[in-house]
Amino acid sequence: MSDLQTFKTETRAWLEENCPAEMRTPITSDADICWGGRNYKPQSAAQKLWLERMGAKGWTTPTWPVEYGGGGLSKAEAKILAKEMARIGARSPLSSFGIWMLGPALLKFGTEAQKQEHLPPIVRGEIRWCQGYSEPSAGSDLASLATKCEDKGDHFLVNGQKVWTSYADQADWIFCLVRTDPKAKKHEGISFVLFDMDTPGVEAKPIKLISGKSPFCETFFQDVKVRKDQLVGEINKGWTIAKYLLTHEREMISGQGQEVARPISEVTAGLAGLEEGKLADPMLRAKVVEAEIDDWAFAQTIRRKLGEAKVGASLGADSSMLKYYGTELNKRRLELMMDAGGYESLEWDGDGGMARNWLRTKGNSIEGGTSEVQLNIISKHILKLPGA
Amino acid sequence: MALVLNEDEKMLREAAGGFIADKAPVKALRTLRDTNDATGFDRALWSEMAEMGFAGVLVDEDNGGVDMGVLAAGLIAEQMGRNLTASPFLSTAVLAATALGRGGSDAQKAEWLGKIASGDAVISLAVDEGRKHNPDGIETRAERSGNGFKINGAKAMVIDGHVADQIIVAAKTSGGTTLFLVDPKTAGLTTNRTDMIDARNAAKLTFENVEVTADAVIGEVDGGGELLSHVLNVGRAVVGAELVGASSKAFEDTTEYIRERKQFGTEIGRFQALQHRSSHLYTELEIARSAMLAALTAIEDGAEDAELVASMAKAKIGSVAKLASQEGVQMHGGVGMTDEYDIGLYMKRIRVAQELFGDTQYHMEKIAQAKGI
Repeated sequence: MSDLQTFKTETRAWLEENCPAEMRTPITSDADICWGGRNYKPQSAAQKLWLERMGAKGWTTPTWPVEYGGGGLSKAEAKILAKEMARIGARSPLSSFGIWMLGPALLKFGTEAQKQEHLPPIVRGEIRWCQGYSEPSAGSDLASLATKCEDKGDHFLVNGQKVWTSYADQADWIFCLVRTDPKAKKHEGISFVLFDMDTPGVEAKPIKLISGKSPFCETFFQDVKVRKDQLVGEINKGWTIAKYLLTHEREMISGQGQEVARPISEVTAGLAGLEEGKLADPMLRAKVVEAEIDDWAFAQTIRRKLGEAKVGASLGADSSMLKYYGTELNKRRLELMMDAGGYESLEWDGDGGMARNWLRTKGNSIEGGTSEVQLNIISKHILKLPGA
Repeated sequence: MALVLNEDEKMLREAAGGFIADKAPVKALRTLRDTNDATGFDRALWSEMAEMGFAGVLVDEDNGGVDMGVLAAGLIAEQMGRNLTASPFLSTAVLAATALGRGGSDAQKAEWLGKIASGDAVISLAVDEGRKHNPDGIETRAERSGNGFKINGAKAMVIDGHVADQIIVAAKTSGGTTLFLVDPKTAGLTTNRTDMIDARNAAKLTFENVEVTADAVIGEVDGGGELLSHVLNVGRAVVGAELVGASSKAFEDTTEYIRERKQFGTEIGRFQALQHRSSHLYTELEIARSAMLAALTAIEDGAEDAELVASMAKAKIGSVAKLASQEGVQMHGGVGMTDEYDIGLYMKRIRVAQELFGDTQYHMEKIAQAKGI
């Protein structure tokens, strides 16, 4: 048996033994998602056990190095693990900005001490992170951010305000873009720092959205003391890390719609009904077919781009293309579902809260760089149009 | 199956691209058109293409081909699309080679596959009859007559039909559809070349009591439906690849143009009104390219859902290619309306190719039915 086959057999057996039955059922609400952290209140004993077991094995972060608590798996092994988990319908044990965003940045730009301090708690789900990027006056023009960070000798002092900080009210630590040189050109005076949300002077206020939910916060910093060893990368070179992470974020957001388990045609058929095997409304039917074709072609594109990246090509500005298309498509998808749902879907809690999801998708093409910003990036970096 | 080309495939694409751009650029199509060339393609060049292995790309080695598969055929077609190359590649090397290779008798294979691969025979497929692609609505009939059949009906949009050495005809028989291999010189068969907007070959055929022997049947009597369906799927995927090539080149030419063209004292490519549309189109073209690779790969792998995937790809690529040609002409402005600029030639070929073997609406309906939407 090849090493990979052995790994597959062992993984299957381990999952069979260790994944609780309750963790093999589909996620039905936000409450089913485990985010970990100091304030984590397990939804069930099974959820807690699943996180502990996967965390101890490093399989919450399968490809991270073993010395930082990761699984140390090769890409091929990680793929097998993902397939085996999917086979039994295992839930993801942990959702985490630490895993998706900070971890990759620390692995690439962090000091040894920073990796030792921060990565293992991320793997085990002990510390929940949030991202401090946007500010009231720095949205699409992120690099004009103004949160001030001064060198006070033995510490940094941070003053300013962030906005759209995801789950800041529930997070333990923040990775944050700050201005360390106000005189330099806007991209060249930015640094990337980490600090505890319990530090005096930090305050997070949830923002109520059109969907009625509050996943984002306004976050205020007043004379917040930050340890000097929590600067990631060089001082004033934080924009490089920010760009790296934005690319990551775009790839993540672009794939969101793809996780929707049920095809759009199935959902609309369920809502609007079939007549003689056809969606009852012929005009809607055409739009649904079109969306399904685009959905399929987009999935092929993600597959192709990830495949190309594997054999040495970098996604680069193509992540903007995926972000743009994926989010616009997701908006279309929810518009069609609402069209099919009619009056019933207009109730706040109708059709499983579909109206809230519909409203939520409107942010997809705004967060992580608006669609217009993505189109600018494509014009500049791929098409090389003048002045872009 | 990761939809990423391997080294051999990349080499084939580059070799085909270099050869075709050198020997059969857009200028060559203009010459064929402007001289009212009777053949509609360059026979000497087709022989050279045969030596390159293009003509025998889907013919097995025993019959003199190179048997490189549908993905390879698509990669060649893509380069032909970029250069608007006129050749019997689609009719003969793709459609006829597939039909005879899969369904032909030993005698038919022995007689024709070698000639296809060597570039010595042109063979056309005659399926459609009305204004639109409709393989389920064939009215041409073949009735038993003596030891053979008698064919009556009419066919339209028969690619390379006026110069074909043989015609593969799809006709209704008592219990289904049957494909016949017919000599165009047979009494009662009339061929009329039609003058198309893309300056490429097509013909209308009429069959009046055309007598063929039982040996003319490709595959089984009444059993041609499945074979035809496979041939059409291959055609859809390969035409899709040609469309991706043509629309990508149209887009590149247009982007180059707006980088240089000045109005209001500056390059028009600086205007965000054009930048965003260009970036959107770039995205759609990337999506279309993925669809193309998925379809070619699904057919090559004999995937169960190959027919559905080919329809998805043709539907998507057809609409993206139209968008690329429309934006191309619009962004070129006034010169986009002139015959001198190539963008109009791309628009015309794209209009024809998106119609071949089903336009976007045709395939949307097919997909809807397959998925129960």
